[in-house]
Amino acid sequence: MSATRRIPWMKYASASSFYPLANRLAPLFMGLAIVLAVVGLYMGFFVAPVDYQQGNSYRIMFLHVPAAWMSMFIYLLLAMYAIISLVWRVKMADIMAYSLAPTGAMFTFVALVTGALWGRPTWGTYWVWDARLTSELLLLFLYLGYMGLYSAIPDRQRASRAASFLAIVGVVNVPIIYFSVVWWNTLHQGASITFSGGTSMTSVMFTSLLLMTFACWAYTIAVVLRRAQAVILERKKVALWASQISKK
Amino acid sequence: MHKMLWKLFSRDMTLFMHRKQDVVTVLGFFLVAVALFPLGISSDPELLRTIAPGAVWIAALFSTVLALDRLFSEDLDDGTLEQQMLMPVPISLLLLVRLVAHWVITGLPLVLLAPLMGLQFGLAFNEIVILTLSLLIGTPILVLLGAIGAALTVGLKSSGGLVTLLLLPLYVPVLILGTSAVTSVMNGVDVTAHFSLMGAALLVSLVLSPFAVATALKITLD
Repeated sequence: MSATRRIPWMKYASASSFYPLANRLAPLFMGLAIVLAVVGLYMGFFVAPVDYQQGNSYRIMFLHVPAAWMSMFIYLLLAMYAIISLVWRVKMADIMAYSLAPTGAMFTFVALVTGALWGRPTWGTYWVWDARLTSELLLLFLYLGYMGLYSAIPDRQRASRAASFLAIVGVVNVPIIYFSVVWWNTLHQGASITFSGGTSMTSVMFTSLLLMTFACWAYTIAVVLRRAQAVILERKKVALWASQISKK
Repeated sequence: MHKMLWKLFSRDMTLFMHRKQDVVTVLGFFLVAVALFPLGISSDPELLRTIAPGAVWIAALFSTVLALDRLFSEDLDDGTLEQQMLMPVPISLLLLVRLVAHWVITGLPLVLLAPLMGLQFGLAFNEIVILTLSLLIGTPILVLLGAIGAALTVGLKSSGGLVTLLLLPLYVPVLILGTSAVTSVMNGVDVTAHFSLMGAALLVSLVLSPFAVATALKITLD
């Protein structure tokens, strides 16, 4: 990429200018996440009406749905950063992908656990081999594989490129896995339970769901920026500006 | 070019044949793993028939992963892999030859043993045929996909468990297609769709996988 055609935001592809930006943004987004979560949870728990079919147990959806969305979206984001890091060798992109993985895995886990807790009173069982549940579980394995491969390779350059490549292979496979699992599920004709209980969401429910989604977004941004900062400091121990910051 | 590729193929075959104990280990693992299913679950013939496709397929899947361990490690250790990278032939072509040889040595025996496994589980003749055919198309896909994982982890100290974790999510579609083909024929359902999809998967992975493995190996050797 020639110097004359540099895009302004590429400035933050360098760690020394990304760090101060992240330092300013992370607390901001964390504050936003807390505010949104408090309002969203209040609306979800106290304002939103009781569901006439599911009773109060549906309220876990306000955490479950955003977590499930985030788990999938973060994997796509991770793969995007992996492509950027592999093709253009942007170090920051690799740091972002690396920092996204634990949060993505966490949301996948949260989605699975809250789903199980919701399933118990609603379906009468913690776990069914439903297509969505199964593919979410496999998504968790994909996250674990990415992190496992990254940490298993001692050479960082190789670790970053191998893990990025794996993330890309994984993202190509995600739709294939999803459709094969759906197909498998219809073939086996197991517990054919659909998610929508025929209830239409009231606007209060929808608002609190939206608030919680934005809260999860803000939380993800804050946490990933913080983690990226930590990774930068870890990797740039020798750089002067980094050592000055860590001494403060 | 053809001559060279043929030479490479026979070299790989000879090398694989020299490590007979590896092949025997993989086959032994396959046999033992399949035998564990009745022991661990039940000897009820009806139940065994139901789990047979899954049991044989899962055992084949793990045997393939086990065999992948040796796919690149020796060539990496003695520097052959780096020399092959420098050859005037595209590395993906060499890798395709190597993967075919690897499948002939470690995958094909599993396919040939499958009818025996089917008999053990009390499958009917046409079910055994479908089981064997599904493995005949499926195990090359497992090798082609698995080679990506093997290339990414070659030379690492504890690669065995890691490679399993990396590959099993990718193997899910193949497993589903393979086992459901056999289950369908048990239920009297037409299996053309299964084999069409598996054939498509084999062709796609045959074309794409050598490039992916080459990329992964370049990352490893960089």
